[in-house]
Amino acid sequence: MATGTRKPPEGPPAVELKNVRKVFDGGTVALDGVSLSVREGEFFSLLGPSGCGKTTLLRILGGFEVPDEGEVHIAGQDMKDVPPFRRPVNTVFQNYALFPHMNVFENVAFGLRMKRLPEAQVRKRVEAMLELVQIADLARRRPHELSGGQKQRVALARALVNEPKVLLLDEPLGALDLKLRKELQIELMRLQMELKITFVYVTHDQEEALVMSDRMAVMRAGRIEQIGLPEELYERPRTPFVARFLGTSNLIEGTAHKPHAIQTPLGPLQVVAELTPGRDYLLSIRPEKLRLSRTPSGGPNEVRARVREIVYTGAENQYILRAGELELIAYTLNADISEPGYEEYDYGEEIFVRLPPENLVVVGG
Amino acid sequence: MVVPALFMLVASFLQRGPHGTLIGPLTLANYLRFFGLTETGFDPLYLLILARSVFFALVVTLLTLLLGYPLAFAIAQSRYRELLLLLVVLPFWTNFLIRIYAWIVIFQKKGVVNAFLGMFGLEPLALYPSWFAVYTATVYTYLPFLVLPVYTAVERVDWTLHEAAQDLGAGRFRSFLHAVWPQTLPGVVAGVLLVFIPALGTFVISDLLGAGRVILIGNVIQQQFGVVRDWAFGSAAAYVLMGLVLLGLWLYARRAGEEGLDRLI
Repeated sequence: MATGTRKPPEGPPAVELKNVRKVFDGGTVALDGVSLSVREGEFFSLLGPSGCGKTTLLRILGGFEVPDEGEVHIAGQDMKDVPPFRRPVNTVFQNYALFPHMNVFENVAFGLRMKRLPEAQVRKRVEAMLELVQIADLARRRPHELSGGQKQRVALARALVNEPKVLLLDEPLGALDLKLRKELQIELMRLQMELKITFVYVTHDQEEALVMSDRMAVMRAGRIEQIGLPEELYERPRTPFVARFLGTSNLIEGTAHKPHAIQTPLGPLQVVAELTPGRDYLLSIRPEKLRLSRTPSGGPNEVRARVREIVYTGAENQYILRAGELELIAYTLNADISEPGYEEYDYGEEIFVRLPPENLVVVGG
Repeated sequence: MVVPALFMLVASFLQRGPHGTLIGPLTLANYLRFFGLTETGFDPLYLLILARSVFFALVVTLLTLLLGYPLAFAIAQSRYRELLLLLVVLPFWTNFLIRIYAWIVIFQKKGVVNAFLGMFGLEPLALYPSWFAVYTATVYTYLPFLVLPVYTAVERVDWTLHEAAQDLGAGRFRSFLHAVWPQTLPGVVAGVLLVFIPALGTFVISDLLGAGRVILIGNVIQQQFGVVRDWAFGSAAAYVLMGLVLLGLWLYARRAGEEGLDRLI
């Protein structure tokens, strides 16, 4: 999860989209009025399920798709009618798209050679870049002789060696296994901070987006659902979709009866947000925010629940609880469990669940 | 396949007997004659015909490539590609000789082309017999052999490489050259060989549309087996031609390495 120590950099926008709309030939609306702005030097993620328009958005930035409406500015320049090869961006493609008939060195040198740089300079910059992504020893290999992670490094080097204003990454780690993915996540963050290049990163992996991004946007059906810091999106989701897509959420419906109280199937609950009495709301609370206990703690928003299911995942226990007609999911850390077979609470046991008002977020009304 | 080839190999070292029979003893005379080394001195007649045939086959191959390569792309990217592919293969459903005779009908003095020119009051052209007619019909005949393998290669082209090249600053032409053309190369090599080798041995087309004025190495060989009945010399000439093709393949394989040869097959 995001550490919160990285501050989003301030500066002029590296990418600015105004009301971008794209409809494909079949009538599918890929992008439905998207506006966003990415600051210079920022690590910005576009997160969403497949078909949400995130890849289309990236392709519009790369110049491979032309928006039907709206404006695209990159590094202050209007990108209307600017072909891909004249844009100050480079792309790391989903399946790497390395040239199979060229070796690693030639692949990385391609962009510089297209710019007709003197060969001595090409050599110097390519070698430095290969060093930076730690594949200097693979320079003479062909792509088919490389592992997935190595190909990924070549694809990165090939794009970064051109020193783009913005680097576009289309699910670059999607094809790699979990361990390698985690390694490369850290590598990518290191490179981004070292080179100070703006990254626009497309992914459907919510954890990846949370870990890596300075800011991120959650997309759904061609629209941006919410945009902000990873912590903001996780702790304060503004729509049920964001609440469910980023991590897991308990969603609770209710009708407000006072400005800070709401009637729900769990009984009356206190909330921090200001509500309009008489209106219906949807609340969300993260599983790890639920407080479980055997005896009542005396705090607000405490309800009784029965343990239905216990899922042991190593670091934590996941309890599926039945409270009235509602099913709640709660995560507890396994800090106190040392013996197998020992659980904090038993199957069928009736316990107390507290929903702290400050963790109850209004996600819809 | 091996038996006739071995028979011909033996025949090429024998001599022509009376009435076209093959008699011993073994001799290199046929090969020496082909290379122009006769008892009366150097006579490059057959070498010139061979050179002419190689030139002919090269031009035919180049023309089919210039026509067929863009055609293969157009077909692969068309909405009607099944129909267009059918049209490419359609000529095979008609007998080869009939198709060549059709070209005579088109090119002859009172043929289709001249009738068309006549409508505009233009003088008729002497298109048949001519080199032009032979070239046209040969290109026509072998075009599908180039289009089909290139089409297969185009079908398998990874277009994200084209995007990647443009992303890295290559304009459309340079991107095609560096990212698309290399991917179609195996198809091109296969197509070029499928056109070049038979074009080098062509004799029916040159015979019919050249009407005796166009002599290629194929005609020479065919005459030895036919009218002249000198099977020994015919076999020797055929083996020289085959040796030439194999030499070309060997040189290609050496340049492209084993990988290239595998791709070819």
